[in-house]
Amino acid sequence: MDNFFIKTKNLTYIYGKEKNSKPALKNIDVGIKKGEFVAILGENGSGKSTFARLLNALIIPTDGEVFIKGINTKDSTKVWDIRQTVGMVFQNPDNQLVATIVEDDVAFGPENLGIKPDEIRKRVDMALKAVDMYEYRFKEPHRLSGGQKQRVAIAGIIAMKPECIVLDEPTAMLDPLGRSEVMETIVRLNKEEGITIILITHFMEEAVLADRVIVMSKGEIKMDGTPKSVFSDVEKIRSYGLDVPQVTELSYLLRQDGINIPPDILTVDEMVDGLCQLK
Amino acid sequence: MLRDITIGQYVPGESVIHRLDPRTKILLTLIFIISLFIIVKFSGYIIAAAFLFGVIYLSRIPIKYTVKGLRGILIILLITILINMFMTPGRVLWSFLFLRITYEGLTQAVFMGLRLVFLIVGTSLLTLTTPPIIMTDGIEYLLKPFRPIGVPAHELAMMMTIALRFIPTLMEETDKIMKAQMARGADFESGNVLNRARSMVPLLVPLFINAFRRADELAIAMEARCYKGGEGRTRLHELKYSPKDYIAFFMTFVMVGLFIWNRYWVW
Ligand SMILES: Nc1ncnc2c1ncn2[C@@H]1O[C@H](COP(=O)(O)OP(=O)(O)OP(=O)(O)O)[C@@H](O)[C@H]1O
Ligand SMILES: [Mg+2]
Repeated sequence: MDNFFIKTKNLTYIYGKEKNSKPALKNIDVGIKKGEFVAILGENGSGKSTFARLLNALIIPTDGEVFIKGINTKDSTKVWDIRQTVGMVFQNPDNQLVATIVEDDVAFGPENLGIKPDEIRKRVDMALKAVDMYEYRFKEPHRLSGGQKQRVAIAGIIAMKPECIVLDEPTAMLDPLGRSEVMETIVRLNKEEGITIILITHFMEEAVLADRVIVMSKGEIKMDGTPKSVFSDVEKIRSYGLDVPQVTELSYLLRQDGINIPPDILTVDEMVDGLCQLK
Repeated sequence: MLRDITIGQYVPGESVIHRLDPRTKILLTLIFIISLFIIVKFSGYIIAAAFLFGVIYLSRIPIKYTVKGLRGILIILLITILINMFMTPGRVLWSFLFLRITYEGLTQAVFMGLRLVFLIVGTSLLTLTTPPIIMTDGIEYLLKPFRPIGVPAHELAMMMTIALRFIPTLMEETDKIMKAQMARGADFESGNVLNRARSMVPLLVPLFINAFRRADELAIAMEARCYKGGEGRTRLHELKYSPKDYIAFFMTFVMVGLFIWNRYWVW
């Protein structure tokens, strides 16, 4: 039935032992194709991080299933395959770097996989070049900026040759410059290397770059579609405690004032086009 | 400014001594320390000094760095010398009231003092020419054979690596919290010891809470990167002995040979 890369079936997750406590995720059924760039939005506590951790077997579903390339994450013999296939980048860049030298940190994953030293060497160089951090390979992580650290963390995942990278608010702790560096890297990995990207974010401007946007609320998927279709429903998205990109908001306000402008404007360029066509 | 702290006393360099395998350096330092106990004549220390100066010269480390370590043990050094000088029975050279210095005591004191000085300078050379992280690698490799009897070689090394990685991060954080508390009127400098200790509480509590949170996140990140302990793990930089390591071992054995020769046969 499916050629989905990631597939969840009736996925439910409850923290803690008591079955009657409130589930963090409820009956999620979703499929993600290879090479897709998916952004996941949702207010605090909506279950985004829980979903992310279920994707690489850091936690196992309370109920239902997660399949990665057809492999069930409950299969404890395949845990390492799954974690190698689906890499994960976390919010705080400081708390995911292990080694005292950049290149040693990037080597950490391949070392865990038991790869031969000369192959590790190749992968480390390849990964650092892919995130544009090659000239920093001998630096100590604490001397790097937040955006640079986060790119090193991404390199550490790329060196494991994953097919998918899940990023849990990778830009939340970065300044605007660091944020754009990291976003550029993510988009490039998706477009050029064909790596499937699942990006959890609170920034609508980042979600606009994705092929697909999923909105979560209270442990459930409420909206799922292209950025245009999701953001054009301004009222609905607000009801889940989220905002829309600034230009989309502007077009929404203009429409309310009776100006005939398309409802699915996501970028400044589109806004300029839309306004020019009014005459 | 806190970004620039360096851990340990490593002095960067490209000398032969810097480039020796860390295992060689650790083992040879141990051999050097133990072999100091072979020496029983003053002339033996001349051989040891020649050897040590040779290594210092090769390492290109300024002498003043190598003796810095002595400052920390000055008191111990002094006490050792005094106890040996006054407490050893033997031929009396000088006495005053209950104090007396014997010939044996005097030589014993000089030898003990010299031994301590050589010991400290020798180990300083190890830490001055080896970055802590390389030292950690060396220790891991050296302890590996003892795994079957329960020495957690990999785990120890991983703990040391993580500690080294996080010391700068935690220092920065301490600085940040301290400034935040000072901005709210906290005073870390004045008052007696008790007051100052008490003012550290609002500093240490958030620091510890954050450290635990960091540890938790780091553990998850490591698991997500397929970390499953030392079993089946390879290394990007594998340690390999090179000809210069064999030469270093050879030179050290020559030195030990000279010590033995000096003790039993000559001078
Ligand atoms: N370790 C845990 N133990 C118990 N409950 C947890 C744990 N982690 C999360 N939860 C709960 O599960 C729910 C979903 O949390 P989750 O972290 O997945 O949300 P999120 O969408 O990632 O939120 P945020 O935007 O704040 O990161 C929340 O109600 C949260 O309180
Ligand atoms: Mg989260």
